[in-house]
Amino acid sequence: MKVCITSQGATPDAGVEERFGRAPYFIIMDTETGSFVAISNPYAAGAGGVGPKAAQLVIDNKAGALVSGMLGGNAKAVLDAAGVTQYTCRPGMPVREAFEAFKNNTLQRSA
Amino acid sequence: MKIAVASGKGGTGKSMVAANLAFALAASGDVTLVDCDVEEPNLHLFFPATATTREVTVPVPSIDESLCDRCGECGKFCQYGALTVLPDRVLFFPELCHSCGGCTLVCPKRAIHEEPKRIGTLSASAPLRGIKLITGTLDAGVPLAVPIIREVKKEAWQDPLIIIDTAPGTSCPVVEALEGCDACILVTESTPFGLHDLKLAVDVTARLGIPAGVVINRSDGKDDETLQFCAERDLDVMMTIPFSREIAAIQNRGNLLCRARPEWQKDFCALYVKCQALAGVER
Repeated sequence: MKVCITSQGATPDAGVEERFGRAPYFIIMDTETGSFVAISNPYAAGAGGVGPKAAQLVIDNKAGALVSGMLGGNAKAVLDAAGVTQYTCRPGMPVREAFEAFKNNTLQRSA
Repeated sequence: MKIAVASGKGGTGKSMVAANLAFALAASGDVTLVDCDVEEPNLHLFFPATATTREVTVPVPSIDESLCDRCGECGKFCQYGALTVLPDRVLFFPELCHSCGGCTLVCPKRAIHEEPKRIGTLSASAPLRGIKLITGTLDAGVPLAVPIIREVKKEAWQDPLIIIDTAPGTSCPVVEALEGCDACILVTESTPFGLHDLKLAVDVTARLGIPAGVVINRSDGKDDETLQFCAERDLDVMMTIPFSREIAAIQNRGNLLCRARPEWQKDFCALYVKCQALAGVER
């Protein structure tokens, strides 16, 4: 499956970004192949409504899970409706480590 | 003639000035008092009366699921994130919608039509001879002050003499209330905050091209800084109301200064004449 991790940079060596809708990058990683795609977040500096728009981006990229920090109510409503499970991890942890933790099932589900 | 009363800082006495100005002028003609502080309207406290009230609505999209094929065009168009298109349904977040109507236009299946959604009320009353009061009230929890202000102003706009009480601050609701006015009374007080926010308010009226003058309320007599600022910006200090426990007590009883102390009526009539001068209107 594909997992989307909010990131401070464009590679898996960057830290996990704790904001969802305004994260600089979304890194979509494939649990089967280990390959990744980095997407620059077009809504990072948006005026408003960035949560649902970022959630739409996650869904459009066929991710089945999200790893981030804080998640707003509207974004959560969209992800819940689309069946995307949400996990939190320590902000700043390298994306690569968060990906391993996700695969080992040691991340916490978002409240 | 349309006169706005604004301030920058809250609690300086906008409503006090607007209410007394209307009361003083009503002796010689019809005045329409418009409460555009829709998040916390208070002019009705000075003018209790039975009002006729109607709902104010904004259009929001309603999606016919039987026509929608989840193509995603509406979600892509919406700049506010109010529409999210999932593979099996469309999610709508009404509190993010700005009622632009764009989604109904871009939908290739014509699956979206607009329905009215209540955001508040408009009340009209005739509390005293010569005074019409129009009040906009935003429902609790609704973030859309501007559409109510627009509606309230539309209701009053054809009347000959309009006094508009605005919200404090310098954000969208104030700009919306000020737009189209002939003159603006900026009410300030003898405090550093009063002066600080007066400067912001002056910048707004200047940007909108609305001639403005200043009323210093609750003056403790130490207004040198305010007077200096007004001189620098070429702003007429049209009236000074002293700090007075007696005036405060009149206000706190819900009474009007001009009713309790009729000698103030000529001061407020003089304020009106200065507003006419600001607007370049001859009586």
